[in-house]
Amino acid sequence: MVKVGVLGLQGAIREHVKALQTKEAEIVVVKRIEQLDDLDGLVLPGGESTTMRRLINQYGFLEPLKAFAAEKPIFGTCAGLILLAERIDGMADSHIGVMDVTAKRNAFGRQRESFEAPLTVEGLDEDFIGVFIRAPYIEEVGEGVEVLATFNDKIVAARDGRFLACAYHPELTDDDRMHQLFIDMVLDFKKEGLATE
Amino acid sequence: MNQQTGTDRVKRGMAEMQKGGVIMDVVNAEQAKIAEEAGAVAVMALERVPSDIRAAGGVARMADPTIVEDVVNAVSIPVMAKCRIGHIVEARVLESMGVDYIDESEVLTPVDEEYHLDKRKYTVPFVCGARNLGEALRRVGEGAAMLRTKGEPGTGNVVEAVRHQRLIQSQIRKISSMSEDELMTEAKNLQAPFELLLQIKELGRLPVVNFAAGGIATPADAALMMELGSDGVFVGSGIFKSDNPEKFAKAIVEATTHYQDYELIAKISKNLGIAMPGIEISSLQPTERMQERGW
Repeated sequence: MVKVGVLGLQGAIREHVKALQTKEAEIVVVKRIEQLDDLDGLVLPGGESTTMRRLINQYGFLEPLKAFAAEKPIFGTCAGLILLAERIDGMADSHIGVMDVTAKRNAFGRQRESFEAPLTVEGLDEDFIGVFIRAPYIEEVGEGVEVLATFNDKIVAARDGRFLACAYHPELTDDDRMHQLFIDMVLDFKKEGLATE
Repeated sequence: MNQQTGTDRVKRGMAEMQKGGVIMDVVNAEQAKIAEEAGAVAVMALERVPSDIRAAGGVARMADPTIVEDVVNAVSIPVMAKCRIGHIVEARVLESMGVDYIDESEVLTPVDEEYHLDKRKYTVPFVCGARNLGEALRRVGEGAAMLRTKGEPGTGNVVEAVRHQRLIQSQIRKISSMSEDELMTEAKNLQAPFELLLQIKELGRLPVVNFAAGGIATPADAALMMELGSDGVFVGSGIFKSDNPEKFAKAIVEATTHYQDYELIAKISKNLGIAMPGIEISSLQPTERMQERGW
């Protein structure tokens, strides 16, 4: 059993909580810093990345999130991917900045260009429907980053050690395989941690 | 590659990403930047805020495209804009400009007193106002991907938004507890599509995001609308008609996020300066009530 949080400042929080439901995990919505303390993993939901960063700053969440990232697994979708990226195209600074990738914001265009399309995702048997909403993509990945999915040659899902990120919104589909992938990561990570202690 | 734009999931999903947030009316790039800086999830680009529309009288139309363009270029958050009810061309013009969401809005003067837009035909998603569940579901039936209460725009008086949200929530609870064989008659009574009633019964909520709008003037107003079950709030005249828009905008965002943290709301409500002046609803002539527009 693991405890997984969904950062609850703004965005598609309820959908992530629903998609994470499994016997192996307890799910909590994180609105306050101290709630991070006893979590085994954290999901950064889709929403507006600019807004989320403002709220993160306002509530002093940035340093606690960085400290959390130094120890535990995180899954970011869409805006969450932007928060995790070490480098963001056109911006001087990153946010949490722990995943060795370069992200490009609103890379597929504005809302009228938003789309859904079937994707082949590494580790999943069958296609996954990616829902892309004013979505980013990953321009470049560092060494050791595993590319999990591409769309028209753009990287849209990747894993860097304990960090998982995708440009699309798995929480907007009834398909919870991406979330299960993350729960498995959290379970493995906790097991390894216990083994090395 | 099998790529589809403008699907229900993509349109409704865009509104899902706005949940828990504040959408602010702005009339120029400078205000849009203030809104973004304060943590707005989107801005609504307008020529005049509702209270000025109310004061000016006459016919209110889609904003000058220059204003919309300036706002689009000024911020990275989504930009919404209003078209008149039933105005196919204003809607197409806004869509062609890359606006992220269109509000088919009773704040502007309707051009069609019988028909709303067939919003399913557009790639861009629409938000529409509603006073009750029947109106809300007719709009969803036409293709609206997001709803908001109508309230009474530009009054700084939240009473109508409260009335509309309370009614919609209680009508949803009623449907959730009905048996399926009662739903067709309820659909007839509400003048709403039967299939959408079935969906509400199954989900226990609306199939699209529902924000509060119309008369929200203080952080406590915004928190109240969240408490009543809104997914987020639109603030029109409330911010830029207040004494200190920067501070006001931040406070409203914070109160919306932490709507049940009353100590915090007390703290952020201190020394905010004067909120926009309000209007008692009963002092409005029936013809001045914007919420009666829409069918």
